[in-house]
Amino acid sequence: MWKFLLPFAAFVALVVLFAMGLNPNRDIHALPSPLIGKPAPEFTLTDVLDETRVVTNSTLKGQVYVLNVWASWCLPCRQEHEALLAISREKAVPIIGLDYMDDRNKAKMLLEQLGNPYTAVPFDKDGRTAIDWGVYGAPETYLVNAKGQIVFKFISPMTQEIWEKEFLPRIAAARSGA
Amino acid sequence: MIRAQAVLWTLALAFWTGAFAQEQGPGLDPHGQLQNPVLQHRFERITKELRCLVCQNESIADSNVELASDLRRQVREMLVAGKSDDTIFKFMTDRYGEFVRFAPPLTAKTALIWGAPFFMMLLGGFIIFRVVRQRSRMPLDE
Repeated sequence: MWKFLLPFAAFVALVVLFAMGLNPNRDIHALPSPLIGKPAPEFTLTDVLDETRVVTNSTLKGQVYVLNVWASWCLPCRQEHEALLAISREKAVPIIGLDYMDDRNKAKMLLEQLGNPYTAVPFDKDGRTAIDWGVYGAPETYLVNAKGQIVFKFISPMTQEIWEKEFLPRIAAARSGA
Repeated sequence: MIRAQAVLWTLALAFWTGAFAQEQGPGLDPHGQLQNPVLQHRFERITKELRCLVCQNESIADSNVELASDLRRQVREMLVAGKSDDTIFKFMTDRYGEFVRFAPPLTAKTALIWGAPFFMMLLGGFIIFRVVRQRSRMPLDE
């Protein structure tokens, strides 16, 4: 009995494993962020649009906010720009646009030409703040709750659909104190 | 003969160090290496141990991506500041997860990965032992 059952069970287990591996919805390059549930790393930078304006997230404690990592050289960021503009018009939460390893003038020009979805645009010229946040490719979008903890990270261009499906429910949950 | 060999070795070394000559910064010699050879040695070992998150099969020592060069800068600065290897690895895993290390440390979570080869070897040995013993008990016939 065991002689047949054991290899058969092993075979079934292998088939299940392969089926999971072949699942087209699974992104093998997606990495879960270790920062989920941890305090959002603090930063104090200057604003892209105004060199004299200091932008820090320490003043945002007690507020739910979104941090979007972008750059003028980043093509997929251009792709999500429209969606971010639409989202910013909803005024659901402040959207901080961390400008990642960019040229200040190019970033400024882009926001002037395409519109500015951000409430503040901290300028991370050498990418140090991005390293603190575990950024490995723009665009990335983080959701921070009122306690200042990162609750969600989305890697890829933002869309209206993702915003409604992944962000709005989490924002509502963060607001109700869950 | 020995002299010729010495000259060749020196040349080879010169080429080899030249291959790393792209990086500049404070505390670096003209070859882009840390002035302290002990630190440079640790730097090379640590950066080979860290995965580049953009091109996930390359180490940050091998990768030309900007993120990799930023992380190399980070490692270099921490070394110069006198940080230990463990502190540097922890800095990286705190931000990027265990995945950033090519050889994850042995913990309860990774025990399966580290243990699997030994387990399979034992299992294979056991099966061979069983088969051989069974066959040795069979009557010898043509």
